[in-house]
Amino acid sequence: MDLTPEEQSILGGGRGEAARRALEYQLEVGKFWGAKRFVPVTNVHMMGDIEVMGDGGLEYLRGEAARGARCVVGTTTNARCMDFAHCERMGQDAGEALKERELIAILRRMDVVTTDTCINYQTVYQPHLGEHVAWGDTGTVIYANSVFGARSNFEAGPAALAAALTGRTPEYGFHLSENRRGSFTVELKAALNDLADWGAVGKLVGESHQNYYAVPVFHGYRRTPAADELKHLGAALASYGSMAMFHFVGVTPEAPSIDAAMGGVLPSEKIVVSDSDLDFIYKNYKLGDGDARLVVFSGPQQSLFEMKQLADLFAGRKIKSGTTCIVTTNSAILAQSRDLGYAKTLEDAGVTILEGVCFYILQNLSPMRIANRWTNMVSNSAKIVNIIGAHRFNTILRRTADCVDVACTGILK
Amino acid sequence: MRVFRAYGPVVEGEAVVSEEGFSPRYDLDRWTGMITKPGHKLEGTSLVDKICFFPTAKGGIAAGWAFYDIKWKKIAPKAFIFGVTNPVMVQGAVFAGIPITEGWDPHPREAVKTGDWVRVDPANKRIEVLQRAV
Repeated sequence: MDLTPEEQSILGGGRGEAARRALEYQLEVGKFWGAKRFVPVTNVHMMGDIEVMGDGGLEYLRGEAARGARCVVGTTTNARCMDFAHCERMGQDAGEALKERELIAILRRMDVVTTDTCINYQTVYQPHLGEHVAWGDTGTVIYANSVFGARSNFEAGPAALAAALTGRTPEYGFHLSENRRGSFTVELKAALNDLADWGAVGKLVGESHQNYYAVPVFHGYRRTPAADELKHLGAALASYGSMAMFHFVGVTPEAPSIDAAMGGVLPSEKIVVSDSDLDFIYKNYKLGDGDARLVVFSGPQQSLFEMKQLADLFAGRKIKSGTTCIVTTNSAILAQSRDLGYAKTLEDAGVTILEGVCFYILQNLSPMRIANRWTNMVSNSAKIVNIIGAHRFNTILRRTADCVDVACTGILK
Repeated sequence: MRVFRAYGPVVEGEAVVSEEGFSPRYDLDRWTGMITKPGHKLEGTSLVDKICFFPTAKGGIAAGWAFYDIKWKKIAPKAFIFGVTNPVMVQGAVFAGIPITEGWDPHPREAVKTGDWVRVDPANKRIEVLQRAV
C-alpha cells in the first residue's frame, strides 16, 4: 500500500506504540483486500462488550490502554450485553458485570464515547454524502452507506478500534465508487404498513442474494418511506444477506433514478415484492409448542417514534401474567421517553425497558432461555428473528400490533 | 489448490471440508470449538486445530472479536479457507493471527477431503494435500 508521510511516521512509532500496532494490523487487512491506500475517517462506531470480546478481548484492551491508546476521531460504542440496573433480575453473572464495568472504564480512558447504541445514525452522528467512516454493527453500516451516502465497510470491533486510534481505514469495498453501483432491482408493490413488513422485505431480498457486494435497488414504492422503515429494511438486508448497501430510487442520495443507481450497468435480475410474498413469509413461521411468553422489541434499539408507537399500543393494557415483554433502547431515547410519558405507559403495562443493550447479545442469554423455559421468541424485528437462532429460540416475526396482542393475551396466532 | 487472497504464516493440519457456510457466532460453540448449530452440515464436528474449508461466511460484526476469543481459549482452527468471505472474517482472523484465504481453484470438492493432512502457504497463495485420509 502507498503510505503518506504521516502514516509512515505512525508506523515508525511517531504517535505511540498503540497507534503503531493498530496501523500495522490495518495494513495486513488492507493488503488482503488489495487496498492501494488508506482513507481518513471522521467517525468510528465500534462493538465492544464482554459478551462479544471475552476475557481475551478484555486483556487486549488493558494492554492497549497501558500502551497509551487514544482515539483521534469521534468514537462511539454499539449496544452492549448488560443493563446494570437489570442484571440481577435477568439472571446475568455478577462476575461478568464487573468485567463489563472495567471494560467500559478502559474505553472511556481511551476517549471512546460509550453511547451503547446500535442506532447512532438516528441519535448521535449523521455523516454526509461521501464522508468516510468506520462503523460496525452491520445495521449502522448499511444505513450510513445507503441513506446518508456515507462510505463504510463492515468494521468488526478490533478493526473499528484500530481506525479510532489511527484516524483512517484501508480503502476497499464500499469506500470505492465502483462497488456502490446497484446489482439488481426490486419493485415494491406491497403496501408495507408496518415496520415488520420492511424487515420482511429485507429477509426476502437478503436471504436469496447473500453477498457482501450485492446492492439491491428498490423502486416503485407508493410513498416516501420513513427513517424507521429504512432502518428495519437495512438491518434485515444486512442480517440475512450480509449486504452493506442498498439504493432506494428517489429517496437515497445516490439513486435519483434507476439508471443512476445502476451506474450504467444492466440489472442482473428484476424482482417484484407484493403483499402475497409477505403473507407467505408470515405464514411460514412455525409456532412450535405455541409458547407466547416472550415478546421482544429490539435489534435495532427502538427510536423515539417506535417508543411512542409502542406506548400508544400498550396504553391501558397489561401484559399477560407469566409473559416477559422486553423493549431495548439507548439512554438518550429512554430519557426522552420518560419525559414524554411513553416509558411510564410501557412500564405500567408490565413491559421491561432495558437501556444500552440489544436483546440478542445479552450476557447469559442461553441459560436465561432455559431458566425461563422459553421456547419461542416473538418480535416485529426481522433481524433479531434471524440472528438469535444460535441461542436455540424458535423465532416468529409478527407485525407490531400483533406482537403487542401476543404479549397481552398470551395467544400466538 | 490455488487461492486468490491470503494472510498468515504457513500452517499444516487436518482438513475439515464443509458444504455449508460458517459464522463463529451462529454456528460455533465458543467454549468447546464444536459446531453446535442445529442442522448445520458439520453439527457435532470439532474445528479445534483444523484447517477449515467453508464456501461462504455468515454473521455480523460481533464475529470480529470471536476469533481472538477462541484463539485465547486455545480452541481455534489452524486456518480458514473460504470460497467467498467478508471483511469481518478477515479483520477477525488477522487480528487473531489465524491464517485466512479467499477464493479457490479448483473447488475443494475436487481436491481435498475431510481428514486429509494439508499445508496452507498464504505467501505463495497455495494449498497442498500432503497425505490423504485413510
